[in-house]
Formats: sequence, C-alpha cells, structure tokens
Amino acid sequence: MALNTEKNSYTVIFAALMVVVVGSLLAFVASGLKPKIHENERFEKQQNILYAMGVNDNEGEGDVTFVPTSSVEADFSKYIVKQMVLDGSTAVEKENAYLIDVSKEIAKAKNGEKAELPLLIGEKDGKTFYIIPLYGRGLWDAIWGYISLDDHMVVQGVYFDHRGETPGLGANIKQRFFMDDFTGESIMSGNSFEGITVAKGNGDPLNTDKEDNQVDALAGATITGNGVTAMIKDCIKLYKPYLQTIRTK
Amino acid sequence: MALLSKKDSKLVLDPLADNNPITIQVLGICSALAITAELKAAVVMALSVLFVLSMGNVAISLLRNIIPSKIRIIVQLVVVAALVIIVDQVLKAFAYELSKTLSVFVGLIITNCIIMGRFEAFALGNGPKKAFLDGIGNALGYGIILVIVGFFRELLGSGTLFGFKVLGDPVTKTGLYSIGYENNGFMIIPPAALIVLGIIIWVQRSKNRALIEEA
Repeated sequence: MALNTEKNSYTVIFAALMVVVVGSLLAFVASGLKPKIHENERFEKQQNILYAMGVNDNEGEGDVTFVPTSSVEADFSKYIVKQMVLDGSTAVEKENAYLIDVSKEIAKAKNGEKAELPLLIGEKDGKTFYIIPLYGRGLWDAIWGYISLDDHMVVQGVYFDHRGETPGLGANIKQRFFMDDFTGESIMSGNSFEGITVAKGNGDPLNTDKEDNQVDALAGATITGNGVTAMIKDCIKLYKPYLQTIRTK
Repeated sequence: MALLSKKDSKLVLDPLADNNPITIQVLGICSALAITAELKAAVVMALSVLFVLSMGNVAISLLRNIIPSKIRIIVQLVVVAALVIIVDQVLKAFAYELSKTLSVFVGLIITNCIIMGRFEAFALGNGPKKAFLDGIGNALGYGIILVIVGFFRELLGSGTLFGFKVLGDPVTKTGLYSIGYENNGFMIIPPAALIVLGIIIWVQRSKNRALIEEA
C-alpha cells in the first residue's frame, strides 16, 4: 500500500509524531548530559576566577591557559579563602557564592531591589585579592568577566568573556593583548571610583601610563569596547560602599 | 576499482569549483561575511557545516518518501535544528572548550541557506548515499571559499594567521612593520569580505568563461 502523503490527516499525524519524536529525543539528550555540562560550567567559572587573580598556566606571550580542569577544584579551594555576598557596606560569608547568577543580581541591584552580590577574596603569595564579578552588554549579546583588585584599588588581573561578539573584532576582548593591559591600572581617579575606560586614540598603545584610567581600544570593536567600559563602571559602582571600607591609600 | 563511480565523485567535486554554493549560486553569503575575519573561525564553521549538511542530507533523504510535501520546509528546519542542538549539547558535555568556540555559529548554521537549499534541491529526490556525497561536496565548496576569504582578511587585516604573528609585531615594529608596513583595518570589517569574495568570483569566471551568465 502506497502512502498518500498529500492527505491532510496524514500531514497532521506526521507533524504531531515528528514533534513527539524530536522533542523527546532532545529532552533525553539534554537531561542525560546535564550533570556533565553543569560540572563543566562550574569548572569554567573557577578557572576564570583564578585567571583574574593571576593563577593560570600562561606560557609565552599570546596564549590564555587556565589551570587544568583536573586540578581546578583543589586550586580553587587553595587560593580562594573567602566567599562572600555584599550586605550594604559590609560583606557576609556565604558558601559557594561564586555560583550565584550575577546577571540577575546585578539587574536587581540596579533597580534598587535587594540583591546578593558575590565577592571573592583570594590569597596568593601573602597578597590579598578582591575579586568582583562583572556583567554587561557588548554589541550582540552579554559580556561578563571578573576583575581582581588589591587594597589600593589597583587592578591585579581581569578575565573577560562573551556570548556572541564578532570573531576577530569584539571577540578579542578575551585575548591576552587586551586583558593584560588592565593589569596595574588604578580604578581610582583621586578619590573617585572612576573605573577603566576602553579608549580610542589615547596615544598610548603600549599602555605605559597606568594612572590614566584608560586602556587602548580594539580596532573595529567600538561598541564592544564601550560595553566593557560601562560594565566595569556599573559593577564598581555597586561594590563601591564595600570597596571604600577596605581601601588603603 | 575506484572508490567512487564517476557520477558520485562528480557530486563531491562539482560544488568545489564550477557549481560552488557561494561563488556560483551565491548562497550562504551572510555567514561568509560574519565569521571570516579570522582563519580559525572560518575553519571551525566549515567543519560544522560539513557535519550538519552531510548528516542532514542523509536524514532527509531517508525520510524523503514519507515527508508530506505541504510541510516539507518545516520538516527540514526541524531536522537541521535538532541536529545542531544535539551536536551543541554533546560538545558542551565532552569538549567544552570547543563548544564555546562553536556556540557563535549554531544560529548561523540553522539559518544557512546552503543547507536548506541542498535538502530541498537534492536530498528530497535522491538516495542516502548520493545525498551524503552531495552534502560533503557542497560543504567543502562552502568551506574552501570561507578559508580563502578568512586567509586574506586575517593576513592583511591583522597580520596574523591562526593567531600567529606571521608578519612581525605591529606594536614593537618588527618584521615587515619595521619598514613601514601597516595592517589594513578595512579588511577586518565585514564589507571587506564582499570585496574579497567579488575578486574570487571575478578570477573564477575569467578562468572559466562558461560560468558567465548572459546579461
């Protein structure tokens, strides 16, 4: 018996079956792989946080190399000594604060609602690092990252990432030649929390001036760069009450 | 005995040059513009399309006799979207780093008109083996152009290939830069891809006059 594929009833049944088959296939794959995917995401967060405080396996000039996933959990508990959430100008300890969804909390905080803003304290070679998560918008989609500060409000390292910036242009915010420029820059201008501006034409491509609150922009990625500037400024503003209490001049 | 019959190898080889999906059929232009600013992205995209197009072609070809013609476009979309999502999830679980590089392209693959074009024009009317070869051929034809465009854009725009500084360092002025060479910033913005593509089409058609359409 040949199938009559032109009949309306056949079309409807086919469509319904297709939805059920494909839907359950995708659901099966997604739920089967979920634990593994979550673990990968957790490791990635730990790697990014450690990267921002200078714990990484970078070799040579160009590469971004995280600590390996096999040892990241041990490293994370070794270097990150305190995980906290902000409470006004103080901070209270909270377990696994690094897993908090920063995008939601920052949005809440900007609306003036009560939010849980995570803050991590790291220690390496007797030095203390205050690590702040960042979240903002690039050209196409979200950008995020971490910035680590010392108690003079000097940047000790950053890590940026993005969801959909253009490869070769905005996507370069996660390259060493862009991120390394932030290290050593102060976020202060006098007594005001300035943040750091991704500036076009600041005449300082080698970034020798560390007091100007500026790093050199990426060619062809103006909007992503402005997004990075705004992201740092906005997030620093939210953490300012706390940062003021720990700052030493 | 040859691995493939003459007819079958034609399925693979034709789209590489004389029936190239990008330069002759002018399909898939948007992804050719979007991701060819660097070579690595172009290669990754080419490989992803290779996988999705060959597998999707086989799937559609196997289903070709039972797909109701009224909703065939929707069925094609479902097949390609499901394939892409499965690949994305598997990579996220077992090759996380790679999946992050690929995630940008997932949306681009689903909307790539080459894929829908081959499903509609070939897989619906041919057996799975032929459809598979056709998928490989068209994806390679697409990939070759992507890689050529990516090569010139990254080399002339950033002075690098796969991220390696092949022309010296523009900031510390070594290599070519020491004699006054400058990167061409125009090459890394999307319109440059159209120009490179235009030049490829021009070269190809001046070599093979049969490809020139009557005005």
